[in-house]
Amino acid sequence: MTQTQRKMPDDLWSGREEVEVLTFDIAGEMFALEAVRVQEILDLLPETTVPGAKAFVGSVINFRGKVIPLADIRLAFGMEATKPTIDSRIIVIELDIDDEPTLTGLRTDKVNEVTTLTKTAAEPPPSVGMRWRPDFIDCLVRRGGEFIIIPNLHTIFSAQQERPTTQPSQA
Amino acid sequence: MSFPDPIAVFRTEAAELLEQIETGLLDLNHDLADKEQVDAVFRGLHTLKGSGAMFGFEALAAFTHHCETAFDQVRKGIVPATHDLVTAVLGATDHMRALVETPNGDYEAASEVLLAGLRAAVAAAADPSQAPATTAPAKATGYRIRFSLPVNAMANGTNPLGLLDELAELGTCRIRADKSDIPSLDMLVATDLHVRWDLELVTDKPRSDIEDVFIFVMDEMQLEIEALDGTAAAPAAAPAVAVAVAAPTPSAAPVAAAPAPVPARAPAQATPPAEPRQNEAKQAKSAENVRVPAERLDELMDRVGELVIAQSRLSQLANSSADLQLRAVSEDVERLSGELRDTMMVLRMVPVAHLFSRFRRLVHDLAIETGKKIELITEGESTEVDKSVVERLADPLVHLVRNSCDHGLETPEERIAAGKPAAGRIYLTARQQAGEVIITIRDDGRGINRERVRAKAEASGLIAPSASLSDQDLLQLIFQPGFSTAQQVTNLSGRGVGMDVVKRTIDALRGTINVASQNGEGSNISLAIPLTLAIIDGLLVRVGNGRYVIPLSAVEECLELSLDDDMRSRGRSFISLRDSLVPFIRLRDLFRTGSKPDPFQKVVVISTGSERVGLVVDQIIGDHQTVIKSMSKLHHDVDTFSGATILGDGGVALILDVGHLVTEGQQQEAQLRAAG
Repeated sequence: MTQTQRKMPDDLWSGREEVEVLTFDIAGEMFALEAVRVQEILDLLPETTVPGAKAFVGSVINFRGKVIPLADIRLAFGMEATKPTIDSRIIVIELDIDDEPTLTGLRTDKVNEVTTLTKTAAEPPPSVGMRWRPDFIDCLVRRGGEFIIIPNLHTIFSAQQERPTTQPSQA
Repeated sequence: MSFPDPIAVFRTEAAELLEQIETGLLDLNHDLADKEQVDAVFRGLHTLKGSGAMFGFEALAAFTHHCETAFDQVRKGIVPATHDLVTAVLGATDHMRALVETPNGDYEAASEVLLAGLRAAVAAAADPSQAPATTAPAKATGYRIRFSLPVNAMANGTNPLGLLDELAELGTCRIRADKSDIPSLDMLVATDLHVRWDLELVTDKPRSDIEDVFIFVMDEMQLEIEALDGTAAAPAAAPAVAVAVAAPTPSAAPVAAAPAPVPARAPAQATPPAEPRQNEAKQAKSAENVRVPAERLDELMDRVGELVIAQSRLSQLANSSADLQLRAVSEDVERLSGELRDTMMVLRMVPVAHLFSRFRRLVHDLAIETGKKIELITEGESTEVDKSVVERLADPLVHLVRNSCDHGLETPEERIAAGKPAAGRIYLTARQQAGEVIITIRDDGRGINRERVRAKAEASGLIAPSASLSDQDLLQLIFQPGFSTAQQVTNLSGRGVGMDVVKRTIDALRGTINVASQNGEGSNISLAIPLTLAIIDGLLVRVGNGRYVIPLSAVEECLELSLDDDMRSRGRSFISLRDSLVPFIRLRDLFRTGSKPDPFQKVVVISTGSERVGLVVDQIIGDHQTVIKSMSKLHHDVDTFSGATILGDGGVALILDVGHLVTEGQQQEAQLRAAG
C-alpha cells in the first residue's frame, strides 16, 4: 500500500454518516471498533501459550468452548507487552482471515463505552509524526480535544500472517 | 425447524439415483445378461425422469426420457444389452448430472451428440439379433388389479386419477372404488385418501406394463395383480367406458361410480395371488433409515463434545470432594456421556462402500482412455469410517487409483510379454485395525522404478546425489511436491501435482502413508487413518507450566528418564530402550518454557509405524478424553500442534502433532549419525 493510494477508506463508514463504535484504550491511546463487530467483552481468562507462534498471537483462550487466538495489537505496532491491570479486558471480534470468519480475542487495557462517531470528524492518518504505523490505521476521528484511532484490523492481521517477526518495518 | 429446500432435496435424490444407475450399468457391463440390473437401471432412469419433471427440471426429464426408452427396449428384450449401449448411457449419466446441477445451462448440442450416440448403440444392438419374438402381439389377457395408496399419498403429490387414466389406456378397464375405509364425516380429513380401487383390465400388454404404471408409488402402496385366466373375455363383456372416475377427495367419492360393493377378499382365482412384490421388505428397510442433514449431526457432535468437557469438569470436582453421593452421580454421568459419545461416533460412521463405488466408474473410464484392460477388485466395503474422513479421502484415492492405472499397470502386450494375464488388477481394500482404518491400493503392475525415482529426485534437487536413503524414504519421495516419474504427461496423471496432494490430505487427517513396491510385481500403497477426527483418547502431560495432549494411539510406553540417562545425554539425545537407541526431544527446550525441570522427568515414547521417538515431559497427568478443536488460521504456521482441546478446569491444552515430532526426532537422529 503506497502513501498516495491511501485516502480515507470508506471501510468503516461504507456510505454512512454516523457509526456506532466501542472505544477502548491501548497504551494510553483511545481506539474504536465498529460496535456490531464485537461479539463479547471478557474479563481476563487463563491463557495458554502456543510455543512457536508469533508473539502477536502468542496464546489461545477458551471462549465458550471454542479455542480462539488472543491477539495483542500492541505487539503488531512494535511496542512492548505490558502487565495486565484490573481494567484489562479481552474484546472478542469476528474477523475474516483468508475469507474464513475467525473469532479472535483482542487484548485491551481498558474498555470505555459505546458511542457514535460522525464521518465529518474523521480524517486520514498523517503519514508522519505518528508512533503507529500509518497503514495499520483506517482513520482518526476527532472528539473533544482528542483523537480516536480506528485501526485497520484487516491489514494488521494479514501483515502478521506474512511476516514471521513482530518488528515493524519503518514506514 | 426449517423445511429443506425441495430443489436441494431433489438434487440429493438425483445424485443418489445417478449413482445407483451408474452402479447398475457397471454391473451390467460385467454381465450383460443380468436382467436384474437392467431393471434397476430402468427404474432409476424412470424415477429420475419423473421427479425431474415434477421439480421443473424439464431438460433433464426430456433427456432422461430417451435413455429410459432405450433401456425399456433392453428390458423388454427387443434390444440386447451391449457394451456400447452401456457406455453410451454411462456417458449420458454425466450429462444428466450437469443438467441436475445447472438446469438452465445451454446443453442442446451436448444432448444431441449423446443421444445420437445412444441411438447408434441401440440400432447396432438391435440389428445383429433381430428383435426376439416380441413383435407378435400378445393375446389379450385379463387382470384383476387391486391397489390402495397410503393415506397421505395425495399430500405427497400422487394423483390416483392419473394412475387410473394410465391403466385405462392399456386396454379395456372396469374400475370400482372401494369406499369402505372412508371414515364418518366428523373424522374426515379432506386431503387424506381413503379410497381403494379394484380394477378388471383386459389388455394385450404384458403384466410389466401394468406394474410400470405404479412405478413411482410402488414402494409405499399395496398392489395385487392377478391374471384372470381363460375367462379374460368376461370383463371385456362390459367394455363401455365404465371408468368410474373416483374423485381424489373422499368427500366427493360418493358421487363417483356405482357403489358396487367389492368382495372384501378376492375369491380365489385360478392363478395364485400375484408374486409377492418386494415392496414390503423394501418398505420395512427404508423405515429404518432416517435421512438427517449433515450439519445437524455436526451440531449434535459439538454438543456431545461440550458435554464431555463439562463432564470431565464434574468428575474433577467430584474427585476432589468427599461427598460420596456427588461421586456416585459423577460416575453415572461419566458412564452416560461416554456411551453417548460412542453412540454419536457410530452415527457418524459410514461404510466406505459409498466411496469405493465411484472408483468402478473411474477405472472403467481409465481403461477406455488408456487402452489397458483393468479390473478393479474391492474388498471390505462395509468397513466404517467417520463421515468427514470419507469425504476427504475421496480426492487422494482418486489420485492413487489414477496413478496405478496410468503408471503402475502395463499395456496388455507388455503384460503378456511379462507372463502376466492381459488384464491388470487393482485391489482397493479397507479394513479396521485398532483405532485406525487401513485403506490399501494395490496393483499388479510394473512397480515403482527405484532408479528412476532416485534419478528424478537428484535431478530436481530433492536429495543430494548419492545420498543414502532407506528404501521407505526413497519411495516416500514420490509424495514430494512436483515429483513425477512419468516421462510423458498424460491426460490422467504425470503432472506431479497429485501425489503431494495425497500426502497433504492424509497428513491433515493425521494419517500415515506406507509404500511398498516390488519391481515387476506391482506396488502397494496403504493409508492408515484414524477412525474419527472429533474425539480421541489422549495422554495429558505437563511441560513447564503448560499442559499438552499426546494422542494415546501413538504412545508406546512411558518411562522415567533416569538421572544417568539425563546426564549422559546432554550432548546426544538418545536413550537405549531394550537394545535399541531411541532419539528423544526435550519438550521443555523445544517450547522454551524457561522453567526449571522437574527432578524426575518422564519419557513418553511415541511412534508412527516403525519409527519411534521419546518426548521428555515434566509430568504425566493421565489419560484424557480429548475433544479436538482446530486451531485458527492465525496459528497455521505452528506445525508442532495439530489442534487444541479444552480441559476439565476450562483451560486449553494443545495437542501434539505426533507425525511432525517423529520426523523431527528422526532428523535429529540422522544429523547425529552423520556427525558420527
